[in-house]
Amino acid sequence: MANLTLRGVHKSFGEVHVIHGVDLDVRDNEFVVFVGPSGCGKSTLLRMICGLESTTSGDIHIDGRRVNDLPAAQRGLAMVFQSYALYPHMTVRQNMAFGLENIRTPRKEIDARIAEAARMLRLDELLSRRPTQLSGGQRQRVAIGRAIVREPKIFLFDEPLSNLDAELRVSMRAELAQLHRRLKATMIYVTHDQVEAMTMANKIVVLQSGRVEQVGPPLELYNAPANRFVAGFIGSPRMNFLPARVVSAAQETTVLQVEAVGPVSAAPRAKLRNGDSVTLGIRPEHLEVIPGGTGATVQAVEQLGGLSYVRLSPHDIVAQIHGQTRLGPDETVSLRLPPDLVHLFDAEGAAVPSNFRVAA
Amino acid sequence: MADTTDSAALPANGLSRLGAFLRATNGRHGADWTDWASYAYLVFGTLLMFVPVAWLALSSLKTPAGLDQMPPTVLPYEPARVAIPGRAGDLPLFRITKGDHVGEVLAEVRRIGLQAQMVEPAAPEKVLRVPVSDREPVMRLHAAWDNYSAVIRRFDFLRYFWNSVFITAIATIITLLFNAMAAFALSKYQFRGRGTVFALILATLMVPPTIILVPNYLIASQLGLVNSLWGVIWPGVATPTGVFLLRQYMLTIPDELLDAARMDNASEWRLFWRIMLPLSAPALAVLAIFSVMWRWNEFLWPLVVLSRSENFTLQLALNSFQGELTTSWNLLLAMTVLTLLPVTVIFLVLQRHITQGIASAGVK
Repeated sequence: MANLTLRGVHKSFGEVHVIHGVDLDVRDNEFVVFVGPSGCGKSTLLRMICGLESTTSGDIHIDGRRVNDLPAAQRGLAMVFQSYALYPHMTVRQNMAFGLENIRTPRKEIDARIAEAARMLRLDELLSRRPTQLSGGQRQRVAIGRAIVREPKIFLFDEPLSNLDAELRVSMRAELAQLHRRLKATMIYVTHDQVEAMTMANKIVVLQSGRVEQVGPPLELYNAPANRFVAGFIGSPRMNFLPARVVSAAQETTVLQVEAVGPVSAAPRAKLRNGDSVTLGIRPEHLEVIPGGTGATVQAVEQLGGLSYVRLSPHDIVAQIHGQTRLGPDETVSLRLPPDLVHLFDAEGAAVPSNFRVAA
Repeated sequence: MADTTDSAALPANGLSRLGAFLRATNGRHGADWTDWASYAYLVFGTLLMFVPVAWLALSSLKTPAGLDQMPPTVLPYEPARVAIPGRAGDLPLFRITKGDHVGEVLAEVRRIGLQAQMVEPAAPEKVLRVPVSDREPVMRLHAAWDNYSAVIRRFDFLRYFWNSVFITAIATIITLLFNAMAAFALSKYQFRGRGTVFALILATLMVPPTIILVPNYLIASQLGLVNSLWGVIWPGVATPTGVFLLRQYMLTIPDELLDAARMDNASEWRLFWRIMLPLSAPALAVLAIFSVMWRWNEFLWPLVVLSRSENFTLQLALNSFQGELTTSWNLLLAMTVLTLLPVTVIFLVLQRHITQGIASAGVK
């Protein structure tokens, strides 16, 4: 069993307050991803869980036991670093054995664990090479192997795929997900790439400036973002944000006026009144573009073959069209926004939930 | 950078590679004036460095008589001698330059004042009289290897050699260990007063050693280290240069490696011993060279501390062999060459290790 609980965790470096009161629960066997822009504190949080940074205030519990004062090596965790941190003067086998030798594990046990990890990660032929003789992907796997042989309660990954090229990243993502299923271990994964978060996580924790913005399964964050930041962070291309004003707030529908575009209907919101200013959010893939209408002008079209992105003015709206399109620059189009897929955010950025939506 | 004049690849054979390297020029077609200038400068520098050492080595193979020759010869010559049947011992040979027997080579039997009694080697019965000024000795090439065997046999050379080796080796090992530990603390640990400590260590570089000579001696004598090899070893092991050098190198070792090792349950000592030291090998090799060369040649402090001749190092022994009135120069020269050899060999060995270490240090 490997549960992790954070309560009211704060961290300051001298005068600089970087983590503001984080509360989190990670259950056994979950794959949790910390995601957020650079500087949001996700790596710091990971290092605090790991024990490489001290906690200024708050508690960290692993399996019910308070580990704030426990040194890193005794918390039963293993970390895979962003730069792999392999010992360059040792062979792959020695790299993997180092941790076990330090706690005086019997030789046979060490060899057995290394053999098992090497088999799982296809490292069998590389065991007597040095890290400098390996490719990036191979080093990545050695770093993971080093973590596996320690049989930790929780695996911690600090942006492990960021040093790999795009193609390798895609295949490693699948491998990591597979590894999670095989090892049935709890994994905490830090990344700035929301695609990695969406594809690998059971639960995503979105962080910004040291605060948790939202916690939930990937689709919940996609379908029901709690605030403007999460809405803009999750989903690629980014959600379109349009300034709007409530024209009529009725029981069945809310009507808003979007500057320079026209009227838009949205699912009814209990909290809105006539005249309220809100931000309207609509994802590019939900926006329908009807050629030959009025309301928006095409600025540019990007065709990827299976998808097309159309950039529109005003408001730099991006629309995603399935397949290929004949649209060209300076054509006028009209836009249709399905009411159920329209997100509304108040002046503070918090989402205004619709009456019909059930929390996912 | 110089280009080879051929655009073809360098030949595989070692000697022809050397030839190709030496023929490399800066100019596009043939030699440029810059090439001549470079070579002139390099040759001059090489001669300046090498000639005194070569002179020393060649002179150490001369007999005392050969050393007294004026004008001095480059190669070791000694007067030729020959065995004459019917006469005891080897007789010196002379070439006659003037007088009755000009051009002949005769052996001297006896010399009385300005007259010499000489015989022809072929006809030893007939004794000829030749004035001393009419002749010059026949010189032949002869390396006096017995200079070296005399040094080793007659003087306690091996003991002095052992003292020097002991001091150099032990001092270098202790120096590497202590300086590495200090550098590790100063580069990878955060503690209060770290900057002050580092500044203090560097500040001691500004103090000339002669100023603290007497206080050091007083401390050494209080600790009972006078007249012992350990009294030479201990006072110099903590060098600011060494600490600085190693610290700067250790700063380039990524902190993540230490984090990973700590996660791997390594104690701080194990971290130092199995991670930091192996990764600092190039810097350690440099410090080892400095230490070996300094310790081997060290003179002033051992002179002060060591008073009994059986504890002398080679340098002190060399010094003590220069007597007030007489010095066996040939033996002294031989001993000097023997003193130079070990440190040269060590330097050659370690130097290759440094360049290898620097090349392989391009690790991601």
